[in-house]
Amino acid sequence: MRVGVITFPGSLDDLDAARAVTLAGAEAVSLWHGDQDLRGVDAVILPGGFSYGDYLRCGAIARFAPVMGELVPAANKGLPVLGICNGFQILCEAGLLPGVLIRNAGRRFICRDVTLRVETANTSWTSGYRTGQELLIPLKSGEGWYTAPPDVLAALEAQNRIVVRYANGTPNGSTAGIAGVCNEAGNVVGMMPHPEHATDSLTGPSADGLGFFTSVLTAGATA
Amino acid sequence: MTGDNVAQAAATPDRPQPYKELGLTTDEYARIKATLGRRPTDAELALYSVMWSEHCSYKSSKVHLRQFGTKAPKTHALLAGIGSNAGVVDIGHGYAVTFKVESHNHPSYVEPHQGAATGVGGIVRDILAMGARPVAVMDALRFGPADAHDTARVLPGVVGGISFYGNCLGLPNIGGELDFDACYAGNPLVNALCVGVMRHDDLQVAAANGPGNKVILFGSRTGPDGIGGASVLASASFSDGREGAKRPSVQVGDPFMEKLLVECCLEAFAAGLVTGIQDLGAAGVACATTELAAAGSGGMRVWLDEVPLRDPSLGPPEILMSESQERMAAVVEPRHVEEFLAICAKWDIQAAIIGEVTDTGRLTMTWRGETVVDIPPASAADEGPVYERPIERPDSQDMLIADLPDDLPKPESGAEFRQTLLALLASPGLAAKNWVTDQYDRYVRGDTVLAMPEDGGLLRIDESSGLGIALATDGNGRYCKLDPYRGTQLVLAEAFRNVAVTGARPLAVTNCLNFGSPEDPAVMWQFAEAVRGLADGCAVLKIPVTGGNVSFYNQTGTTAIHPTPVIGVLGVHDDVRHRLGIGFPGNGASVVLLGRTEPEFGGSAWAGVLHGHLGGEPPEPDLDAELRLAAVLADACAKGLLESAHDLSEGGLAIALAESCLRGGTGCRVELPGDPFTWLFSESAARAVVTVRADRQAEFAELCAAHTVPHAAIGSTGGDSLVVEGCFEATLAELAGAHEPTLPALFGGPGGRPPGQHGS
Repeated sequence: MRVGVITFPGSLDDLDAARAVTLAGAEAVSLWHGDQDLRGVDAVILPGGFSYGDYLRCGAIARFAPVMGELVPAANKGLPVLGICNGFQILCEAGLLPGVLIRNAGRRFICRDVTLRVETANTSWTSGYRTGQELLIPLKSGEGWYTAPPDVLAALEAQNRIVVRYANGTPNGSTAGIAGVCNEAGNVVGMMPHPEHATDSLTGPSADGLGFFTSVLTAGATA
Repeated sequence: MTGDNVAQAAATPDRPQPYKELGLTTDEYARIKATLGRRPTDAELALYSVMWSEHCSYKSSKVHLRQFGTKAPKTHALLAGIGSNAGVVDIGHGYAVTFKVESHNHPSYVEPHQGAATGVGGIVRDILAMGARPVAVMDALRFGPADAHDTARVLPGVVGGISFYGNCLGLPNIGGELDFDACYAGNPLVNALCVGVMRHDDLQVAAANGPGNKVILFGSRTGPDGIGGASVLASASFSDGREGAKRPSVQVGDPFMEKLLVECCLEAFAAGLVTGIQDLGAAGVACATTELAAAGSGGMRVWLDEVPLRDPSLGPPEILMSESQERMAAVVEPRHVEEFLAICAKWDIQAAIIGEVTDTGRLTMTWRGETVVDIPPASAADEGPVYERPIERPDSQDMLIADLPDDLPKPESGAEFRQTLLALLASPGLAAKNWVTDQYDRYVRGDTVLAMPEDGGLLRIDESSGLGIALATDGNGRYCKLDPYRGTQLVLAEAFRNVAVTGARPLAVTNCLNFGSPEDPAVMWQFAEAVRGLADGCAVLKIPVTGGNVSFYNQTGTTAIHPTPVIGVLGVHDDVRHRLGIGFPGNGASVVLLGRTEPEFGGSAWAGVLHGHLGGEPPEPDLDAELRLAAVLADACAKGLLESAHDLSEGGLAIALAESCLRGGTGCRVELPGDPFTWLFSESAARAVVTVRADRQAEFAELCAAHTVPHAAIGSTGGDSLVVEGCFEATLAELAGAHEPTLPALFGGPGGRPPGQHGS
């Protein structure tokens, strides 16, 4: 299985995402923001970072990158897509996921290991987890407060589309403790914490994040 | 009206020039005239004034810094040393590492956020210019009293600036220091370290070789940043009504541009397109062109009209002195220029050919058809003034040393001991640093094995072999105030030890020497003693100084800061999978104190925090003992005998035990072999506390004996309290309750969990 990792100008965790893909047993394929080409990959990751410096609203410029013109229709047809941190922000800006990420409630960047609770295993990226399973994964972001209009939040709850929540209270103000959400089909997932930094306990707080990258192998096979 | 040029300078030899306003002395001005055989043009005056500034020329420090070369231990580890942008150290397996620490003290006081941010940017470009990929940063920060009004302005700004720039640039922040002292109230110290990694073949040179090769300026456009000095010139020599133009004295950083610049440079290096490279930092285009020319074929022709400007009203002096950030200069063979520019375009980076290498021995610059600079480049870059500043040990030093801490009231009852420990743990300099470090990304790039609050940062370099590097920075103005020679050696020893406790072998040293005015003989004495101490210390420890930075004039009025050399030590770790952290393991590991403990309290945290006292002699450095301790740690780590290791420094054994308990989430029970006050709070050097695997204790004891390192098994880990038999105990919750709230209480909230927000 081939998993693409898009590099935008200012992407920072692209290498880490590619390493996680490799650890999970798939082939990581580098995708460039300026190419209108997904190179035939079976799934795509939008990594963390500060695309275009995030000097405008986070992800607001990256959504217009040529590669996004290919990604959006593919995602709508079922291609598994994972947006991590800045990638999550880009997916929201691109309309693939509802809601928005705003400045942390404490107005400071937060780099901290957080415990997440898996709220649904019914997505392409969490199928290898149990619902209710707790994961220790780093959060590192300045604009990680997830919020959305009340009707959207209600729909997310009702449709079981909140993928992961902060288990011990919200560290950044995120509404209803939401750390990640998915689209209706469950193939597009966005999350603020960084599972690619929790694939090896030598360099991360745990290896709990590897499951996101192994989950998609089975999802991709049936997609 | 156009500005000054070479023809005019020759024709008007007596025109008065504002050299004093630019910081040049009358002698220095005369020397420029003698070199050129005429008065300098305004542009030349600007160029010499910045190149001969203390910051760029090291004119007061040079005569002392030579010791780092003359006393350097023999080593095969150095691929490039002092004189390059940064030293380069061979760590084996074909890898080389370059690292350097630099100050951004003054800008960070004026504008904390941008001052600190651009400090990170500047040091990163230094590392990049060696051909290395920057892989991590650290920062050593010192502020005025934690509860001072102005510290509430400066500290959050500085930390926010480092967070903003470093995080956006994608470099993990793996450690550093945070300390407070009244002497830094008007002079915070913001020292940033960067480390980069390359293959041996990737080493780049900062030289313009090969006549006909092109000089390409790329990155941000040049604007009116940081040219307070040049505006003096502009108003003195231009009569077009711009006299009142206000110029910012602090530069503004763009980490996104820097990230692109890093990737662009590394791609161009890898493609073999670059003959020479130089970062633009202090003195901008002036420094980059003169240094490149002086180090290369000796000549360069520069077309200043080609420099991309953000403000078209800038004239030659301002273009030369501008400190606009995120710029680099490359020397490229004509046949590679097209490909080089294509790589810049790929990364959306503006690039301009601003000159070419010549063999004339002259650096010439033209602007609007006229020659505005025509100098021998070495006269500005290498042959500037060198001063032997007067040195005098101040009389007050004797009084300071005579003011012994011996009569200060000491804890006697168990309750008093307990209270002393909690007070130290809660003091701002020793309190938990999470308020700061939680704002830094320590995970990006995925190779961070240890980061704050560990003793040293540890990075994996090679995934297959586990090869890695350890880094630590340390400083202690209090020790150095009492004795700059010994104090500096203590600081060096601590950084050395902090690298050794991870299991790494220390290899090389960098430094950032923060002092008051070199024109004050007492400060110059401190400086000379500190440099001598460092050079002598490095010779004993057998690790060379690979480079450094001097920051003078850190003073408020006539009051200088404590002499504060900040020392960075780099080590190599053969296999980071066997690294040692400071956290105690669970139940039952044997706690062993390594090293000799004497009653040494001069300059100690106990004297400072509990009594506001600074006097007496600092602890005695014992560098031979440091070598033996490091050898034991490296051997024991490689053999897998240990579960944790923590260096002893400020606050002594008591603080080390508390930190290891908190980090590991487990308690310990210890029995002290002698006077509890000395054992708990003395700051004797060359010590560490380790935990030994239950089944390997005899083997470890033999190893210590073989290396003649004193070792005392003092207890074991377990439980949820720190227990000192017959003295006191404190639960982990009580320790954390003292340690953790200090900085959030001073600088606001626990970082993102404000009251009233939603829970899940």
